[in-house]
Amino acid sequence: MRKTTLICSALALTAGAAWAESELNVYHWSDYVAPDTVENFEAKTGITVNYDVFDSNEVLEAKMLTGSSGYDVVVPSIEFLARQAQAGLFAEIDKDKLENYGNLDPDILKIIAVNDPDNTYGVPYMMFSTGIGYNVDMVAERIDADKIGSWDMVFDPDTAAKLADCGLVVLDSPSEIMAPALNYLGLDPNSEDKADLEKASELLMGVRPYIRYFHSSQYINDLANGDICAAVGYSGDVLQARDRAAEAGQGINITYAIPKEGAQIGFDMLAIPDDAPNPENALKFIDYILEPKVAADITNYVYFGNPNTAATEFVDEDVANDPGIYPPQDVRAKMFALKPHSARYDRTLTRAWTTIKTGK
Amino acid sequence: MNSLPLGSRIGALLGRMGLKGRLLVIAIPTVWLLVFFLIPFLVVAKISFSEAAIARPPYLPITEWVDGFFTINLNFGNYMFLLEDPLYVAAYLGSVKIAAISTIIALLIGYPMAYLIARSAPERRNLLLMMVILPFWTSFLLRVYAWIGFLKGNGIINNLLMNVGIIDEPLVMLQTDFAVYVGVVYTYLPFMILPLYANLVKLDEAYLEASADLGARPVTTFFTVTLPLSMSGIIAGCMLVFIPAVGEFVIPALLGGPDTLMIGQVLWNEFFSNRDWPIASSVAIVMLFVLVIPIMLLRWAQASGGGES
Repeated sequence: MRKTTLICSALALTAGAAWAESELNVYHWSDYVAPDTVENFEAKTGITVNYDVFDSNEVLEAKMLTGSSGYDVVVPSIEFLARQAQAGLFAEIDKDKLENYGNLDPDILKIIAVNDPDNTYGVPYMMFSTGIGYNVDMVAERIDADKIGSWDMVFDPDTAAKLADCGLVVLDSPSEIMAPALNYLGLDPNSEDKADLEKASELLMGVRPYIRYFHSSQYINDLANGDICAAVGYSGDVLQARDRAAEAGQGINITYAIPKEGAQIGFDMLAIPDDAPNPENALKFIDYILEPKVAADITNYVYFGNPNTAATEFVDEDVANDPGIYPPQDVRAKMFALKPHSARYDRTLTRAWTTIKTGK
Repeated sequence: MNSLPLGSRIGALLGRMGLKGRLLVIAIPTVWLLVFFLIPFLVVAKISFSEAAIARPPYLPITEWVDGFFTINLNFGNYMFLLEDPLYVAAYLGSVKIAAISTIIALLIGYPMAYLIARSAPERRNLLLMMVILPFWTSFLLRVYAWIGFLKGNGIINNLLMNVGIIDEPLVMLQTDFAVYVGVVYTYLPFMILPLYANLVKLDEAYLEASADLGARPVTTFFTVTLPLSMSGIIAGCMLVFIPAVGEFVIPALLGGPDTLMIGQVLWNEFFSNRDWPIASSVAIVMLFVLVIPIMLLRWAQASGGGES
């Protein structure tokens, strides 16, 4: 998902205005579907799909706020969807028209409903967690076994210092780093309290000298190539780096851990903009994604778990049993979801983040 | 009438509309500037006086009709806010510093290159100029990415230096200000060389001969004759490098470190992370003034200098 390589964008060129009634414009994360997902949908329905990709929630949000995006299906993360729904950017999902809606895990729908009451505006697409990806050998050489795969690797200055020379990297995403920092300190990860934020900032300032860079996708390549040894990153992305490293056969061994202290669980949501030109086709696409086999194929390819209970039987065994993709119950109990921030807090948070990054 | 060439007919048509000759020549760039510079500028200026809101678009209108009265609400708070937080001033200064140093480096590298091209045999000049422009045939983004390959920990430069035995540990070059300077100078060097070349190639060698005849050494000749005569080329080159470098976003984002503070990144944060279009717009407007005022001063200096000689 959060990779910058573009796929399928060539499909965007195949659109014909004469077929306007059977068109669908999808704006999706890069590398977040199986190679044949869109193709099969076109073959099945005869609808021509124009498929564009983005690589950050902020870019999608700016497009949505500008209006007249022309897209029929967009995929914001849940905390972004919540705020955008508040601004009236989405059409309600007509669940009666989704035959496969019943495949969705009711427990997950309940978690999501905290941010999207009654699941009005979004249908969950995939789940991800924000944990730590690391190079098994490089890390084992440097830190104690009990610290490996724990937030100590990032937030404990003594431990982080030992990783500085081989490369410790953090997502450039204030809310997704502050939340585990607050959680690490035993505070509410969704706290908007200024004193809490200061404590979390102090924690990060303490390890700042050992962080090589802040970036939300660069770490995938760097982990795979052995340029860095640990990164706070998204589950599926780290697992893709693991596969790439294994394919390269350079003896680089990457693994992903959901730290025992707890980590963020996130959901990316399928939603229909209020000014979508083809809302009926959008519903058809969402219903297609909810088909068990389709959802399973995507999970098998992108290594993000899906919230589709009927799909699990089609998911490859090693994927379904990977605790990084489908966290076991005891791990999940400690995970937390992000809530949207108030505009005022977002400003304070961005400012604190700039201070952490630049020292100004 | 029908036998007239198309060009004349269009000319006659425009003539009937009152547009001919000089006026027509001036009208095209004027309309261009109006449509592509002034109107977007006014839109941004308007947003900069607004207030952020959770809506589409994400700011409040600055004009409203209340009981038949047309009111304009200008919110100057955004501009005040830029002064309240030292971040913005620091970011402007950071950008100006990086742009200024890059411009000087580009001048020091670009001047000898332009001089050499201008002084080489006329049939070789085109080839040399071609080599300056050739990199533009590759996407700017790809060229910046290529520098990542050069500068990174196990990149080309480090591997070369380690194989030769000059260093034992890889140098940290990527994600530093150094990498930003390399990227900016590399990217904008042709903009320095081309105006300098255009200026230097016109330099009459008779001046240099006269200077030598009067007993000046080559170094003296350079500083008293060549350099002053090429001043307009230097100013043009420096402007072409400095102005885009101040607002540069891509190069610091790809090559710079987390502590590289430039205004482009701050603007991005305001627009995307804070969704505060009004503040983002006022940052942009202030940036324009930070750029426009020095340029106007320089042009004024240039004009008055030109008047004396």
